[in-house]
Amino acid sequence: MTQLPATTDKKLGLVIDLDTCVGCHACVISCKEWNTGSYGAPLSDVDAYGANPVGTFLNRVHSFEAKQEGCPSQTIHFPKSCLHCDDAPCVTVCPTGASYKRSEDGIVLVNEDQCMGCGLCAWACPYGARELDAMAGVMKKCTLCVDRIYNENIPEEDRVPSCVRTCPAGARHFGDFADPESNVSKLVAERGGMDLMPELGTSPVNKYLPPRPKADVNGTQPPALEAQSTEITGFLGWLDRTLEKI
Amino acid sequence: MTKHHQPKLDTSPVVSDEIRRTTCYMCACRCGINVHMKDGKVKYIEGNKDHPVNKGVLCAKGSAGIMQHYSPSRLRNPMKRVGERGEGKFEDISWEEAFEIATGLLDPIRKNDPKKLAFFTGRDQSQSMTGWWAQNFGTLNYAAHGGFCSVNMAAGGIYTMGGAFWEFGAPDWDRAKLFMIFGVAEDHDSNPIKMGLGKLKANGAKIIGVNPIRSGYNAIADEWVGITPGTDGLFILSLIHELLKAGKVDLDYLIRYTNMPFLVNQVEGSAEYGLMVRDADDNQLVWDRATGKAVPYETKGAKPAMSGMVEVNGVQCRPAFEILAEKYLTDEYTPDAVAERVGISADRIRSIAAEIARVAFEEEITLDIPWTDWKGEKHEKMIGRPVAMHAMRGISAHSNGFQTARALHILQILIGSVEVPGGFRFKPPYPKSVEAHPKPHHTVTPGAPLNGPHLGYPRGPEDLCLDEDGKAKRIDKAFTWENPLSAHGLMHMVISNAHAGDPYKIDTLFMYMANMSWNSSMNTTKVMDMLKDKDEDGNYVIPNIIYSDAYSSEMVAFADLILPDTTYLERHDCISLLDRPICEADGLADSIRWPVVEPDRDVRGFQSVLIELGARLGLPGMVNEDGSAKFKDYADYMVNHERRPGVGPLAGWRGKDQDGKGRGEPNPEQIDRYIENGGFWVDHIEPSNAFYKPWNKGYQEWAVERGIFDKESPYVFTVYQEILQKFRLAAEGHGDIQPPERLREQVKMAMDPLPIWYEPFEQTLVDNEEYPVHALTQRPMAMYHSWGTQNAWLRQIHGTNPMFISGELWAEHGFNEGDWAVVTSTHGTITVPAVRMDALNGKTIWTWNAIGKRKGAWALSKDAPETKKGFLLNHLIHELLPARGDGQRWNNSDPVTGQAAWFDLRVNIKRVDAPADLQSSPDTAPQISPVGQGPKDIAYGKEWT
Amino acid sequence: MHPAPSVIVFSTISGLGFGLMLFMGLGLPDVSGWVAASFATLALGLAVIGLLASTFHLGNPKNAIYAFSQWKTSWLSREGIMAVLTLGVFFIYAALWAFMDNRIPALGYLAAAMAMITVFTTSMIYAQLKTVPRWNSATTPLLFLLYASAGGALLSNQMTAALVLLGLLAAIQALAWLQGDSALQRSGSTIETATGLGGLGKVRLLEKPHSGENYLLKEMVYVVGRKHAAKLRVLALLGTALVPAMLILLTEVNHTIVGVIMISHLLGLFAQRWLFFAEAEHVVGLYYDAR
Repeated sequence: MTQLPATTDKKLGLVIDLDTCVGCHACVISCKEWNTGSYGAPLSDVDAYGANPVGTFLNRVHSFEAKQEGCPSQTIHFPKSCLHCDDAPCVTVCPTGASYKRSEDGIVLVNEDQCMGCGLCAWACPYGARELDAMAGVMKKCTLCVDRIYNENIPEEDRVPSCVRTCPAGARHFGDFADPESNVSKLVAERGGMDLMPELGTSPVNKYLPPRPKADVNGTQPPALEAQSTEITGFLGWLDRTLEKI
Repeated sequence: MTKHHQPKLDTSPVVSDEIRRTTCYMCACRCGINVHMKDGKVKYIEGNKDHPVNKGVLCAKGSAGIMQHYSPSRLRNPMKRVGERGEGKFEDISWEEAFEIATGLLDPIRKNDPKKLAFFTGRDQSQSMTGWWAQNFGTLNYAAHGGFCSVNMAAGGIYTMGGAFWEFGAPDWDRAKLFMIFGVAEDHDSNPIKMGLGKLKANGAKIIGVNPIRSGYNAIADEWVGITPGTDGLFILSLIHELLKAGKVDLDYLIRYTNMPFLVNQVEGSAEYGLMVRDADDNQLVWDRATGKAVPYETKGAKPAMSGMVEVNGVQCRPAFEILAEKYLTDEYTPDAVAERVGISADRIRSIAAEIARVAFEEEITLDIPWTDWKGEKHEKMIGRPVAMHAMRGISAHSNGFQTARALHILQILIGSVEVPGGFRFKPPYPKSVEAHPKPHHTVTPGAPLNGPHLGYPRGPEDLCLDEDGKAKRIDKAFTWENPLSAHGLMHMVISNAHAGDPYKIDTLFMYMANMSWNSSMNTTKVMDMLKDKDEDGNYVIPNIIYSDAYSSEMVAFADLILPDTTYLERHDCISLLDRPICEADGLADSIRWPVVEPDRDVRGFQSVLIELGARLGLPGMVNEDGSAKFKDYADYMVNHERRPGVGPLAGWRGKDQDGKGRGEPNPEQIDRYIENGGFWVDHIEPSNAFYKPWNKGYQEWAVERGIFDKESPYVFTVYQEILQKFRLAAEGHGDIQPPERLREQVKMAMDPLPIWYEPFEQTLVDNEEYPVHALTQRPMAMYHSWGTQNAWLRQIHGTNPMFISGELWAEHGFNEGDWAVVTSTHGTITVPAVRMDALNGKTIWTWNAIGKRKGAWALSKDAPETKKGFLLNHLIHELLPARGDGQRWNNSDPVTGQAAWFDLRVNIKRVDAPADLQSSPDTAPQISPVGQGPKDIAYGKEWT
Repeated sequence: MHPAPSVIVFSTISGLGFGLMLFMGLGLPDVSGWVAASFATLALGLAVIGLLASTFHLGNPKNAIYAFSQWKTSWLSREGIMAVLTLGVFFIYAALWAFMDNRIPALGYLAAAMAMITVFTTSMIYAQLKTVPRWNSATTPLLFLLYASAGGALLSNQMTAALVLLGLLAAIQALAWLQGDSALQRSGSTIETATGLGGLGKVRLLEKPHSGENYLLKEMVYVVGRKHAAKLRVLALLGTALVPAMLILLTEVNHTIVGVIMISHLLGLFAQRWLFFAEAEHVVGLYYDAR
């Protein structure tokens, strides 16, 4: 049903720490391997060994540069998947009712049994979070691993999205944004978690932690060490004095 | 319809039928993996939470293991070549025929002249076994890929402090407050580094990245130092200058744990000049300030002097520290003197030195853990200097890499941050001094084993592998005056030397997992020509090539006999303490692979094949007295082989009672115990033994118990390395073993007992105005060597590799988006797609390594992007330096270790329009695929959804 | 946005059909019997062909039936429902007119209104998208309505009405292009807001997430050359409006001329609709540093 729930009990989502992400693509492939064998149709790869391989991925990592005039440029690795928006335009545009936002946890999902593959939801999403699978003809998107996070067949500590469990640098955090005491809420509060394209009014649940300031771009440099002596004889004098104390 | 409707979901689906835990092999990290099996197929691979290496995380490669395991490029049968070399025409044969061909080639070689077999393994994780096999075969021509990878780092570390980075040790991620990372190929120790960086970030530590390229780890560094390639050594020595000048060195540490107080002979011109002064019992001496006498350095209560010329037994000598201080306090190393060359402002260098000193000495950390040193002295606390460092290929793949690696280790030692809390920590079986390592062995006897292990650490000119005429004994010319400390061999020289018949012709080249006709060779096009070249009689110049690989790589096309290997999920393996294990700083660990999936092709694990081949050849250790095979396969070897009595490939669950740790007789159920435990074994170190390992009595005793040593082996760090001085003395004319005249000056210059920096060789030989640009490669985190390309998922991430061009060069040459670049070195030219990158050293260009592929390889279509836009930088690099006009061609290698100097490359660039066919050049002729081409489309997992 | 032929055909052809229904609903042309049946068949045929073409755009047409369910929130659902209802009402109206000779004007006005509402719902599928600033404008429904009604006027041989509508259309189209060219910029979405990295300086893409293509790039990042676009705009204006208007004003309109006018209008319409998609910048392109 494409009407958004008025409220959701929980607001599950991700915090992505751009200060820690090294751009290794671990989350991209872990997502692919989990989701190609679970929720809904597999994530296909067309022309897999050919000239133009195009596969369905629910999470992709971009690399950006950012530069201020006269300063060194910075590199930022930027993972991007569905942000599970509170005001998800992808849900309301859906003509078939396949797209919906869960009232219990806010996860935005596609019910593939109703999806006709028109692609309008992907057009409505500003973030490029939805991809129509070329072989199955249905819309695929991040499920926040809804078949992991409540899964009683896997150990409790592993009940997090596959991307979060695998992230080597610990740049991805999963939790409930409706709970101000949750890990994700605290991170957002402490580190100034931000929305992507806030001007579009989508109210994303997922938040991004901005890179911390870089010492070489806009930091101050510690002053030089004070020399004991510039001459070797002076150095030896220091050496003798210090050795006496040892 | 006012109520919100949503479908009911099964949020607890059964994930898999079974989880089989083994070890990853998607790169060299050796992480533990949980392989979820469903209906006999691999469904999902995740990191093993209990595993010491990755603790549950897994990189992109690891997760893409499914696609690697089911890759269409997998070889299916043994094959023999029926076309010309390089063509790729093969005929399937049986294993019996393959063994007959192999024994037919190898048996006569062994009986007549074992050195005619050159056996080189590439990214082999079973070197203790392959080396043992080669030793028993009797050839001296064996090595793995370290010579073109990171031997400078390894040897620099061993010769300085008994270990280096990665398998040897790691930063204290939990306690470090300042971390400096220098040029790291992102596949080396990748998950542990990523996890470590995450910890540092969470702890609020500062990360300084020293790298010409701000990508990956450097992207998240709190401070990026975009150094000019090849100048890391100069930068480090300038930091040392600043620290010495300010007196910010840990004198107590240097006196206790290093050879800095040792007395060094200062009688110029003498044959002992620059060597340590010893007493009659061969003890190295220090000057005791308390008694005014020279005493053995281990003397309890001595107060060693750190400066001052003294006379001992009639010999003028002084502490090594004074020599070091004198050397680095000169104006040569002031920040102002080096700034321009390193591309970092003098102020930045000074402030980084200040930051190191501040954190090391003002943020000292103390653990209240008592410990006892090897002299018996008790210490109440462990004092930490929380500055940690890490480096890899970026600094080591230069012709000055050995000395640069030593400089970096010495920087850490001077601030007292090695083997202390917050600093750099060794992983058992390291630390291990040079003396605890073997020397190289090279005595070949027909029909008998080599007289010892091939590779080792020479202690002086007497350990070089030279014949009576001073000629190289090994085909790769390792351990010669050109590169005396080539501890990992020089795999990158084997094909060109064998082709040239220099120092001699070989009969059979036997290789494993080394893509030498492609991305693993410099000078790729010429190497392919050498492999194909025929003499005037129409015979191949390199007569026979046997190759083992699991996949249809570029090298397959050049072999005469193919022994198809299994995938990593189909095999037994041991990541052994005898080799390069998976230990952590707090524990001893090893691991196995086991067939979690049975092969569906007629393929066999290479090590099992090697064991059968050894048995058929009757090699010692591989046959019983009655001539029957001693081991059924590699698994049998892993359990039952003993290298020393009670010490075998696997350290866990040894002995009858299955509780032996490190020592104990073979346990037939050992592999089962490993499998039950998740494929690995770990034995943690007591906190009191976890630091100061080279000097910690408790650690040393534990190491003996575990079979790491047979006796306690404490030692001090050899900041001043007299072994190097021995070579230098020879170059000055001392001793019987003399370098050839042409190499005297190079040996004198390079074998300095204290680190030096010199300009990378290539840039001293080319016109720097004509070739003003540095060209580098990096390995993407999501790909490993050439393997990743056959992987349907990974190749979508890196299917092409643009040349990244610094913003400065981009503007200077008038590049626009979509343009291509012609890149020229003294050796060759490539035409490739160009992309701008601002966060890059201004005089540098770079690309991802090993993305470009030969058409027809890896079961890809012939118009795959990897073969069109993709390219190799290797075409621009030669294994020899440009001619100097002295009639000699010098190796493009480090003059100490022979490490391939990949990163010395100098080029110029020119903007061009993209070619109409978007084909990079050179475009190598295609090879025929013995496995056909992969399927068009895939939808993996459709049976489960 | 990718100018998919199925969507171009759908929106143009069905628009013409509903445009013709508008005029027939008003009782124009004033015909009866088989002539009325032919016009009605043309209107229905165009609308149905257009709607069928749209199903070629679907990845999974077997679920298309569900598309009638979400009228509360989805313009696409509303369009489907409106289209079917309109076809039904118009069919009854036309059948009574042609076969019973009983044209019921009230039913005609209803069909005409419904036809226009259908076209409006179609336009709102595009106009509602904040992600495509060029479309997210009042000009989008205006244009769709004008194209449909002008086409309907031409088809129903209402040349005076056609002249007025074509004039309006040309003016609004020019305005739409003019506004559209700055729409992305005016929307306030930039690569900096998309990434949140504006505080670090000017942002640019270093590497795409995957070196090859993907669905998003194929579907939503379509780059047309500026010169190419300018030519097509001229062609679209000439074809849809100027040439037909000139022919109406300067010639004796006969069947041949009507044929020429319709061909011209259709060619122009295809060019216009191709541009409508191809020139529309989706904000996801910001993540690829591409329009």
